[in-house]
Amino acid sequence: MESVLTIKDLHKSFKIGFIPRKKKILNGITLSVNKGEIFGYLGPNGAGKTTTIKCILGLIFPEKGEITILGQHYLSLRAKENIGFLPENPYFYDYLTASEFLSFYARLFRIDKRKKEEKIKKLLYQLRLEQSVNLQLRKFSRGMLQRLGLAQALLNDPSLIFLDEPLGGLDPIGRKEIRDIIVEFKEEGKTVFLSSHILQDIELICNRVAIIVNGEIVNQGNIQDLISEKIYFTEITLSGVDRKILEALGESVSIHGERILLKVFDQDKVESVLKLIRSNNGKVYSLMPRTQTLEDYFVGVVKQK
Amino acid sequence: MKIIAIAFNTFKEAIRDRILYLLFFFAAISIIFSRVLALLTVGDRIKIIRDVGLASLSFFGVLMAILIGTGLVYKEIDKKTIYSLLSKPINRYQFLLGKFFGLIFTLFIMLLLMSFIYLVLVFFHTFEIEWETFPTIFFIFLELCLITAVAIFFSCFSTPILSSVFSLAFYIIGHFSWGLETLINKIKPGVGKTLVQILYIFIPDLENFNFKTEIVHNLPIPSHVYLFSISYGIFYTLFILLLAMLVFRRRDFI
Repeated sequence: MESVLTIKDLHKSFKIGFIPRKKKILNGITLSVNKGEIFGYLGPNGAGKTTTIKCILGLIFPEKGEITILGQHYLSLRAKENIGFLPENPYFYDYLTASEFLSFYARLFRIDKRKKEEKIKKLLYQLRLEQSVNLQLRKFSRGMLQRLGLAQALLNDPSLIFLDEPLGGLDPIGRKEIRDIIVEFKEEGKTVFLSSHILQDIELICNRVAIIVNGEIVNQGNIQDLISEKIYFTEITLSGVDRKILEALGESVSIHGERILLKVFDQDKVESVLKLIRSNNGKVYSLMPRTQTLEDYFVGVVKQK
Repeated sequence: MKIIAIAFNTFKEAIRDRILYLLFFFAAISIIFSRVLALLTVGDRIKIIRDVGLASLSFFGVLMAILIGTGLVYKEIDKKTIYSLLSKPINRYQFLLGKFFGLIFTLFIMLLLMSFIYLVLVFFHTFEIEWETFPTIFFIFLELCLITAVAIFFSCFSTPILSSVFSLAFYIIGHFSWGLETLINKIKPGVGKTLVQILYIFIPDLENFNFKTEIVHNLPIPSHVYLFSISYGIFYTLFILLLAMLVFRRRDFI
């Protein structure tokens, strides 16, 4: 598998306090991102996710370590010509309109005038901002700014896109929109490096993940390899059976009207519950085996650390 | 090309900043006020118009350079717009030069407008265009270039308020440093004299750009003085810009 981003033994510390004291933020980060994948970079707040991205983009300088982007040194302009970046809580020049802003950034990539206009039009349409072309950015909502941030990250048709918390602070619709756009990137053959702590979304769209805790990578690999497929418990929503009888088979967690939500921890007892419902002429509304999620795995790993 | 793109954006930022228009308004009032002052003067009234008018041009130009210049880089860092900008294929020095030229262009336009008001005022008094004023305005512009470089330099590592104080101090010291020259001539040779001489080399002498007195009193200015002032302005500005680039080159944007 061709690697588009390689980080080897990355170290970074900051001086903090009135009497400067060194605080280690990154402690030997090593990872590699393969071409065409959506790579999730997970970690709790303050773990060093944004610091890693800032090192990769040359916004801060690591004390030690090697970074290669698409086979080039990470600070070379050639490497930067092929990457896109959406910062966390994006804030752009609020005195510019959407088209002025994109036009300014396009000039930094030396895109010629005709192509630039076509590209901007296409991106604004793709990200559903075509109605806001001449609106100043100070009048943009959070979701619109996020979509404009994605537009600026795509101006140069990058092969590798860095997204720092792209789903943070968005409503469910906004989150779904951005998630769909990220999946589209993958379908177009782009590689996405996604930093987030919204694990449900990461689990839905990422191929591989790395978990960073206190500046160290504690685990990385395919999501399927990391989380176990073992069934933790089965949730059954039912009605028509006395709650007291059910308690011998599992834990009834909630009751809405006649409906009971039962958690069955022993898999062998699931069949017994179903038999009981049938014999009582009861009804099953849903039956859902609950396997380990990325969130369970993540919480476990962070707690261990 | 990239420097021009950043300069053009900086120009847009500056001209959409209300403070620029506020300063321009006060500059215009101050220039026009010179006519009122002239009415109260006994003797050659045009001298007062020239004196107050040119001083207003210089003072408000410097205020524009400092108040806008000190916020230029700081705002980019504070509002985090620099994150997405520096992730694009640009070098950090291109970013700084873009900011510098953008503000210089804004100041050029503002100075042009203020000069127009001044020249119209003088024209109504003398009924002729004073071509000899243009070199003075050119040197005010050269001084503004230097002050802009200084403001951007301080803006690379400090807040706008502190940077404004530092830049204003640079401007004030620069206009009084000629006193050191007198001191050098007066003290006896020795360690003291050498120290003052070293200090004089590093402290700016902004009086090199001040030809207002010569213009007001119609005094001749030798061409070698002009040449020296131009070279002084260009080299000092380049030196300060170089310092700013050195500070900015390895700065972490946390």
